[in-house]
This record gives sequence, structure tokens and C-alpha cells, in this order.
Amino acid sequence: MISPPLLAIDDLEVRFRTEEGESTPVRGVTLSVAAGETVALVGESGSGKSVTSLAVMGLLPRPAGRVARGRILFRRRSEQIVDLAAMPSSEMRKLRGSEIAMIFQEPMTSLNPVLSIGEQIAESVRQHMGLGRAGAVKRAVEMLDLVEIPDARRRVDEYPHQMSGGMRQRVMIALAMSCNPSLLIADEPTTALDVTIQAQILALIDRLRREVGMGVLFITHNLGVVAEVADRVTVMYAGQVVESSPVKDLFRSPRHPYTSALLNCLPARAKRGADGRRMVQSIPGTVGNVGEGCAFAPRCAHSIEMCRTSSVALEADGERSARCLRWREILA
Amino acid sequence: MSATPLLSVEGLTKHFGRAPHLLRAVEDVSFHVAPGEVLGLVGESGSGKSTIGRLVLRLIDPTSGTIRFDGDDISRATERQLKSLRRKAQMVFQDPYASLNPRLRVRDIIGEAIDAHRLASGARRTERIGELLETVGLPAAHMVRFPHEFSGGQRQRIGIARALAVEPKLIVADEPVSALDVSVQAQVINLLQDLRRRFELAMLFISHDLEVVELMCDRIAVLYLGRIVEIGRAEEISTRPRHPYTRALLAASPKADPDAPKIRRLLKGDIPSPLAPPSGCVFRTRCPHATGECAQVVPALRAAGDDHRFACLYDIADEGRPAAA
Repeated sequence: MISPPLLAIDDLEVRFRTEEGESTPVRGVTLSVAAGETVALVGESGSGKSVTSLAVMGLLPRPAGRVARGRILFRRRSEQIVDLAAMPSSEMRKLRGSEIAMIFQEPMTSLNPVLSIGEQIAESVRQHMGLGRAGAVKRAVEMLDLVEIPDARRRVDEYPHQMSGGMRQRVMIALAMSCNPSLLIADEPTTALDVTIQAQILALIDRLRREVGMGVLFITHNLGVVAEVADRVTVMYAGQVVESSPVKDLFRSPRHPYTSALLNCLPARAKRGADGRRMVQSIPGTVGNVGEGCAFAPRCAHSIEMCRTSSVALEADGERSARCLRWREILA
Repeated sequence: MSATPLLSVEGLTKHFGRAPHLLRAVEDVSFHVAPGEVLGLVGESGSGKSTIGRLVLRLIDPTSGTIRFDGDDISRATERQLKSLRRKAQMVFQDPYASLNPRLRVRDIIGEAIDAHRLASGARRTERIGELLETVGLPAAHMVRFPHEFSGGQRQRIGIARALAVEPKLIVADEPVSALDVSVQAQVINLLQDLRRRFELAMLFISHDLEVVELMCDRIAVLYLGRIVEIGRAEEISTRPRHPYTRALLAASPKADPDAPKIRRLLKGDIPSPLAPPSGCVFRTRCPHATGECAQVVPALRAAGDDHRFACLYDIADEGRPAAA
């Protein structure tokens, strides 16, 4: 890549101090997002994908959570490159909602129930863009138009509870887009929505990405959504990135055994057995205690002694990378 | 298919509340389930799929219509008469965290069902609980543990073991794998597949996930705002859908294949509220083919071949659909 990526996370480790001691939900995340591309961050519950996104936004719960290692490099609109992990929270607050925006699974928890949606968008643009009152309201209506909310001029005065889940998600996207972010972090934005509404929201996010040229970090557990929206995919398991690949390569020829096992769990990949029954493959066991070696080794059909004893680095190879000692052998 | 269905539902209707806040949850729904057959109920919010599951088990009372189960009309059965229904029909819930009593040991969670129907006692009861746990792939020794000691997938297995305790003929499974991670979902799907073969279980499998339904079910009923818009064999529904809504639903489900055509033909607008469903065809407000007539007439289900019916005034050729793989 010629110009540096918009976002480059390098070997991120996040620790949480709890009453039972210290935990490390993120233990090695390396990924990048270029301007104009969508990178999907995929993983199951507890894989650390949401904690990673909170670290990027500077929203780790304090004082319990902290970045213990690694850098989160972000290219500002001024072309200056800053390390978000080391940025004072007052600086971070300025970036958040202007150059970096985030949308969540449940819009109801991030919208203010006692303010009309117009007031909420207007407040945000006044803060970040220095617009006057009239200008801000006008901008709010434009934003609702942008996210295809019908009859925006009238609905600008509605409250979140008067809207459907899909409409609320559109409002949250309008709020996120109101300051022209260069990076959008979308954390399971369609998980709570019906499938026909999900399709609308995915199309909307994609349209905005193209029009604005922003980078999108799309966090999801849904591999169908990944195939639909992503240019590249980063897969997490037990706090680490295990594979990063362009989307077509990932689905066609996954390199990490976890990626390939996960894909085989999909109902669409069910195989008909000798008795005519269609069965999906599953991954035996559950995510166990993380030790020295590969975290997936205890559940991996290809693991050998070495996988359990030696630490495994994320090995880059052109556009792809994988954290597996044996990926070449397994592929061969 | 067997001549006598295990479950047959005729004109089933359920309204909640009263005008002007009358919620039409289920409207004139008819279907049957043969012994050992799995029927999928698919739909989005407000489709009535969960309400139908609850009606069939008589957890709630129908407004009108009949439900026949194993030869008996249970539409208006009393609590006492329902006791024998509960021995033959059981439910598995979506949320494995909320559906198990956190203060009971697994032994007692499963034991409750055994005791309620006096199926076993003493040493035989304990033995039976162990058997049930092993049937669902858990060690019998885990019966002394509490729900919080298990993962989500394991809890769902416990919920299934509890349902199996009475040796039911029918299980109503309401989104049983929706709250689970993909890898765990696969384990539970396979378990359910095993169990249905082993015990010749019939199932009403309620889900919003078309791919899971297509895998699990023999037949599928597609619901929209309380009505069945299409019903037929699973393969037929997923490869040759006839109703515009079924087609839209299939087209909107993201395929886990980056080479598949991207989602096109987005349905416009929101699902209308079941408090104010559209007149005529309930889908007409979002249907790309709707005409004036669609607002006047409620389309009846009509035959589209062997055991395949759909409710649309028109029979529109499916142009936008990619050739089946």
C-alpha cells in the first residue's frame, strides 16, 4: 500500500483488572483498515472483537481496562499519524464523533430517549462542526435524508421510542455520519434487526462508505454478513487474530484451521452423510484456558505437540496472514 | 406422509387486547404435522410464529380455530385435560440462560418433569436423569451442578433433556439455536437431528434463520404478519419460492459466499405493525408487484404443485433470481 492505512492496529493487548485478578481479553491483535474499504472483524462470543473496537474508540471502561501493549495508529485528516492508545482522553474525545464514529447493535441504548432525533443530531454537529442553531437543524434534516428516512422534515421532531428498530438504526447512522468521519466502527449494527431490514441497513452503510470514501471496521459474528460487506476479513479467536485475508480468499481457502472449522459449521455447508442425513460439522469442545501454545490447539484436528507448547506468531504472507505453525502443511 | 397427522391446526386465530388496540398476532392459520415430521415456521418480527408455538402447546388460548393433537381436539381443553398433552408435547426455548431455574440443580430441573407425570422415582429416577443427560451429550455426573456452571450450548442441551424427559411425540422449538455462536449452533443442530431420528420426534421448528430451517425441516411455512403466505417442502420453498415475500426473504438473507450475487431487490419500508395490518394482502405495502386489487382481497392459499401452496392473487415469474446452484 502506498499511502499508510487509515487505521493500523499493531500487536494490541488489552488487560482488565477484576476482583478475581487480571484478565487479558485481547492478547495480540494486528489489523489495518484503508480509506474506502470495509474490514470485517469476526469472532465468536469472548473472542475479544468488541473489546478491540472499544480500545480503538478509547472507550475501555476505566480504570479497570487498559491498553497494556501495542499501538493503534490512526491517520488524521491532516495526514498526521497519531497513536490512539497513547492519546490523552480529552484529545480522544475530540476525535470521537468527528473523524472516528461508531454505531452499535442496540440504537436505543445510544440514543437519548428524551431528546428528539433532530435535537440529537443538531447537538452533535454544533459541537463538532461549529454550526449555528439554524444551520444545525438544517444539517439534521439533510442527514435524515441521507440515511433514507422518509419524510425527514416531519420526522426530525420524533423521539426514538416512536420509531422502529430499523429506523432507529438509521438515526444512529445519521448521527455517526453527521460529522463526516473518515473511519466508521460498526459493532454488530444489524444483529438485532429482521433480515429484510438488515439488508436495507447493510446497503445503506455500503452506499455511505462509497460516497464518503470512509474506512469501515465492521464487527460481526455473522459470516453471511461478512461475505456480503467485507473487502478483507480478520478472524479472532480467544483474544488473538488467527487469520487476515481478502474476503474471497478467506471463504475459498481459509488458512487457519479455526477459520476453516468455523466455515464448515455453517448450515449452508452441511454435508449429506451415508445415511442421507444432512449434518453440519461442528467444533468439539469450547474455548478453554489459554496457555503457552496456540489457543485453538485443544480443539484443532491438526494440532501436534509443538502447537501446544510453543507460542505462535501471526505470519504475514503477501495480502494474507495466519497464526498457525502448520498452515502450509495442512493446505498441501 | 402418514394419513393421520399428529398435529393439525385449522383456522387458528389469536388476537390480543381489544379495539382500538387489537393486536392481530395470528390470523386464520392452518397446517398439519405428521408423526416424526419437522415443520419450520419462518418469519420476521410480528409474523406470529412464536405465538403459534405457544397456542399449539396451549400455553395461551386461541381466539378461534381448532387445534387437534394426537386425535384429540385440544383447542378448548381444560388444565386437567391438558396434562396429558404436556406428556406428549414439550417446548424448547431460545434463551438457555432464562429458561432454566438458576437455583435448581440440573437433577431437579429435569426431575421436575419426571415427577409431574410420575414417570420414575428413587434410584430409577436418578438413573433416568443420567440417561437423559447422556442422550444430549452431557456426562451423567453433571446432574449435581447448577445452570451457571454450564456454557450456553450446554444449557441448551439441558433444556432439550428436560423436554425429552416425558418422551414426547412433539417438540415445539422456538429459536433453539438463535442465541448460540455458530460453532455451538452446529452442535445443537446435529443433536436435534439425531434425536428426531432416534425418537421419531415431530417438531415445530420456529426460526428466523432460513438456512437453519432449510437444514432442519421437512416442510416450511413462511409467515408474514400473522398469516401463512407460503407452505411446502423445504427444498421446494428454498429453490422455487412462489410468493413475493418468500423470494424477498431469501434474497435478503446474506449468503456466506463472497461469490454469490449481492443482495438485490431490497424490500422497501418497515414491517407494518400487527396493531394495524394492511387490508387485503398483508404484504402488499412492501410488495413490488402489488396492485389495487391486493388491497381489496385477502388472497387464499392456492396449490402450486405437490404439497406446495402460496397466498398471492398473482403468479409472478421470478425474474430477478439467480439460477439455483
